[in-house]
Amino acid sequence: MKEDIRLLKGNEAIAMAAIRCGCDGYFGYPITPQSEIMETLMAEQPWEDTGMVVLQAESEVAAINMVYGGAGCGKKVMTSSSSPGISLKQEGISYIAGAELPCLIVNVVRGGPGLGTIQPSQADYFQAVKGGGHGDYKLIVLAPNSVQEMADFVDLGFELGFKYRNPVMILSDGIIGQMMERVVLPPQKKRLTEAEIEEKYLWATTGKKNNRKQNVITSLELDSESMEANNLRFQEKYQVMQEEEVRYEEYMSDDADYMLVAFGSCARICHKAVELAREQGIKVGLLRPITLFPFPKKQIAELAENKKGFLTVEMNAGQMVEDVRLAVCGKKPVEFFGRLGGIVPTPDEVLEALKTKVVQ
Amino acid sequence: MDIKEIMKPENQVKAKSKLLTDVPMHYCPGCSHGVVHKLIAEVIEEMGIQENTVAVSPVGCAVFAYNYIDIDWHEAAHGRAPAVATGIKRLQPDKFVFTYQGDGDLAAIGTAETIHACNRGENFTIIFINNGIYGMTGGQMAPTTLEGMKTSTSPQGRDVSMAGFPLKIADMVAPLDGMRYVTRQSVHTPTAVRKAKKAIRKAFENQKDNKGGSLVEIVSTCNAGWKMTPAKANEWLVDNMFPAYPIGDLKNV
Repeated sequence: MKEDIRLLKGNEAIAMAAIRCGCDGYFGYPITPQSEIMETLMAEQPWEDTGMVVLQAESEVAAINMVYGGAGCGKKVMTSSSSPGISLKQEGISYIAGAELPCLIVNVVRGGPGLGTIQPSQADYFQAVKGGGHGDYKLIVLAPNSVQEMADFVDLGFELGFKYRNPVMILSDGIIGQMMERVVLPPQKKRLTEAEIEEKYLWATTGKKNNRKQNVITSLELDSESMEANNLRFQEKYQVMQEEEVRYEEYMSDDADYMLVAFGSCARICHKAVELAREQGIKVGLLRPITLFPFPKKQIAELAENKKGFLTVEMNAGQMVEDVRLAVCGKKPVEFFGRLGGIVPTPDEVLEALKTKVVQ
Repeated sequence: MDIKEIMKPENQVKAKSKLLTDVPMHYCPGCSHGVVHKLIAEVIEEMGIQENTVAVSPVGCAVFAYNYIDIDWHEAAHGRAPAVATGIKRLQPDKFVFTYQGDGDLAAIGTAETIHACNRGENFTIIFINNGIYGMTGGQMAPTTLEGMKTSTSPQGRDVSMAGFPLKIADMVAPLDGMRYVTRQSVHTPTAVRKAKKAIRKAFENQKDNKGGSLVEIVSTCNAGWKMTPAKANEWLVDNMFPAYPIGDLKNV
């Protein structure tokens, strides 16, 4: 079959990929810089074609709870927002994690705190990878660095979400969401039928049929022993994710003396910085975590054995650098360079920081 | 009333509905919740829709409603039941869906979700238990608490100059174009129970032809929270709650 190649914004690619992967429902609320996701879905009218439901909710809070309802029915459901809206969704995300339901949440991050700015940022790293809402839980967090990965991670996100019955977040930013690139769209998958869902997802609230036990979607357990057991089961699941789902990309790291560590759009900038540094004879490589949870800590620990130092580059005040330092565990210096409030660092700035902070 | 009318089959208590489980209810003796649960179970059984019903329980006294009625349930976050039900019904439009919510859940923290689900005409049923108080957390003031009514957070009685006025949710949602059936009922007498059951049945039947939302408010007692005997609470309900929340249909189209 001929490839379906388009020139799309990252946000548009998310919407197109959602329809293509057989998503059952999208619930959202407008917020810059990600409104094109719902706009594209509404323009495409997938309910006419695949039967996918698209609904503009009254709030971010309502949207994530609609996702909670749909997810409990065994459906592929998603929402998207940007930082202030994702904060509002945290209650619902915690309930979804606690009830062990799959769903996809897209955060096209903008600068904060508060209303902040509509310009790109990576300041929601902690919120995404450390839980975000109340209670001990983890999201699987995917960090795309291109429009192609925005499209690809929708299907991957649902796959991982259903595999682990866990919410998955695509942690993007205003650059990836707004920029246009060539993207190959995936072929159209069929949505699961009611019968297929009943057969596949025995936990789903599809109506209590054939004398099966009632299905109850809940995160409530007042008995402490049982609640501890639930928590331990979650932790085991997160441990399996840590062992089996780490994804990352290395660039010119084999002969490198120094390593840059960056995710998402910052990794694109660092890619260029690696080239600039090598033109000047500085042997630098790049490690790009693709899964932010589970974090590639084993890979970074291995690099710490034979590299001289690390520079973590982020569009925030230094968040992922804490996880890099935990992985390096004091063996080598780990420095940080970041720009805040919607400012995007340039490759030259990264190179300068590398020279002054890391290169001996 | 004529004895023959009382002897009609639908009035005879022959057995507990098969949909009511044997789990002992945690509700206080005298509380209205148990009666309303029984009515819902009977309606679902009589309509033969057990295999096709998905319900949403609230945060509040009815948080464990799923332990008592043997159907599929979602337990929602506080106030979010209408949004959760929207997700369920939009993705499984052939299912009968209802939320079961108290006044704190529906009329305080979940006001936005309630109003907007009603305004969209979401084709599910909202069962609203209004007893004018937060029962589960120990008798605090609710948005529906009456003027002058004493609660643990209005120990001198609700002062409307400070706490605002009792919120009349049924009156608020009845004019919305998305709503088809809005009614206020009670379960304090056998006659009232029969009428409430009819209302619940009608609200469920309405889902069949997809013409909009239904809300059944049950003006209820909370004798534990009101600090009264069950019998006294029933009297207090009639004398004080009914004038503020009059029984009857607000909309039926």
